[in-house]
Amino acid sequence: MISNDLPSLADFLAEPIARRALLACLMIGFANGFVSAFVVLRKSALKIGTLSHALLPGIALAVLLVGLTQWSALAGAVFAALLVGLGSIFLSRTSRLDQDTSMGILYTTAFAGGYLILTQLNVRQKLDEWLFGSIVGMADSDLWIAFAISAIAVLGLTALQRPLLIYLFEPNIAASLGVPVRFLNYATFAITILVLISSLQAVGCILSVGLMVAPAATVYLLTNNTRMLFWGGGIIGGLGSVAAFFLSYPLGWSVSSTIILVLGGLFLLAYIFSPQYGFFSRLPSK
Amino acid sequence: MPTSNSKDHVCWGAGCHHEHQHQLEVSHLRVSYREVLALDDISFRASCGRSIALIGPNGAGKSTLLKALAGLLPLKSGSLRWRDSPLAKSSHEIAYLPQRGEVDWQFPITVRGLVEMGRYPNLGWWRAYSRHDAEIVERALDAMELTDLQERQISALSGGQQQRAFIARALAQEAHVLLLDEPFTGLDKPAQDNLSRLFRELTAEGRLLIASHHDLQTVKGYYDDVLLIKKSQVAFGPVEEAFTPSKVELAYGSSEHPKSQIP
Repeated sequence: MISNDLPSLADFLAEPIARRALLACLMIGFANGFVSAFVVLRKSALKIGTLSHALLPGIALAVLLVGLTQWSALAGAVFAALLVGLGSIFLSRTSRLDQDTSMGILYTTAFAGGYLILTQLNVRQKLDEWLFGSIVGMADSDLWIAFAISAIAVLGLTALQRPLLIYLFEPNIAASLGVPVRFLNYATFAITILVLISSLQAVGCILSVGLMVAPAATVYLLTNNTRMLFWGGGIIGGLGSVAAFFLSYPLGWSVSSTIILVLGGLFLLAYIFSPQYGFFSRLPSK
Repeated sequence: MPTSNSKDHVCWGAGCHHEHQHQLEVSHLRVSYREVLALDDISFRASCGRSIALIGPNGAGKSTLLKALAGLLPLKSGSLRWRDSPLAKSSHEIAYLPQRGEVDWQFPITVRGLVEMGRYPNLGWWRAYSRHDAEIVERALDAMELTDLQERQISALSGGQQQRAFIARALAQEAHVLLLDEPFTGLDKPAQDNLSRLFRELTAEGRLLIASHHDLQTVKGYYDDVLLIKKSQVAFGPVEEAFTPSKVELAYGSSEHPKSQIP
């Protein structure tokens, strides 16, 4: 990918494709960072990893049936997420296996099937995009969808903040305070799936967990304020992705991998240097 | 507090009198987990201003009963009534305080944030958090001597302070009935004595306290009434009547030598 006659960064930014990518980094990074607060507080990082892989076969199936469009991919992704989510509950209830085990089997099987379908379909390049993201190649319509998803996620979680906090703090007890637990289950699941789709497009299903966990995990080590966790997660996700975009260009690195690398690096910094919960703060001070 | 109507009734301060005795009426309560019956035929009637020790051997269904009263478990049969109407209608008047071990103490929330959660039943999603709400939260913090600690993250509290933080949330909720799961467990002696004193204050102000309790030695000093269960109800009544060696032995069996534990 690296060539010596690379146009300068300023020239590159003059291209619409670059500006779209920059905007996508900011928007998708922010929305994912914002939602990562929910993921961290819900302690559902592994479940997100599972879901992100489960989306692939749904997308593959949709491509097989109706061809590749934004909406078919979206519908396929939602279908697959529901199928694996509900399927694992069904499997665990009707056998002696627990839900994690059931999910582990279901999503890897589904992923393998989805991969094979996509390779048979001769959409090799598209396949790579779903696996590793395509934040640089986004069209205007992609951007609008990303914008809509980001707005729904941020507004939805903000509007639900009050009951959501109790639900996250005491999932088993929240109902006694009148929190609509079942509704929150569905609403947050819907938001998670939507945001997952946007991160799938940006960094791909293999790296999307990082984008949906690392930003708030970093802030988690710095604050005891839950509102800060959401907004701080959004800011780290957005700015981290933008920084990664600028970093990746001169180095010729893949943008999606650079985003995850930058977010991982920021997390590491917080882990080591956080004044309250960092590695050094745990050392006995003498 | 000004004289309160039945909707906005706050039991602050010992001077607060009740228009009528508020009664919790539990009749023929049965709860089961899937096919296994966890509670069978629990019936008792309790009034505001009392503290009730819920005792029984491990697996007797103490936590299950508290959760059922809090509306967290479906009833198989029987009824729960509070102030002559179904309990579910006034669930905001009931506060459930979880066992300390069930709480995620690392959750990024301050003491004040925890207490503010108690305003949720009154506020819902949208209604603005007003000066009135802030005053109630501050009074609850003050009553539990947590004002100076309000900005602390909840894991940076002692066991007794953590217990008080949850009681403060129940106060902010303006709850009449406090359901506590093993509130004394894990507290050192001074903290236990302090909590016991708080219990007396809370009941003197007209609240009803129901707490599961496993230390038979301290039942007499801490509570007014005893509800003794072993899946079904063994005894209920004032400590002197219901907490007798023979009844305790009925619930615990002789193998655990409960007699030696009763002072």
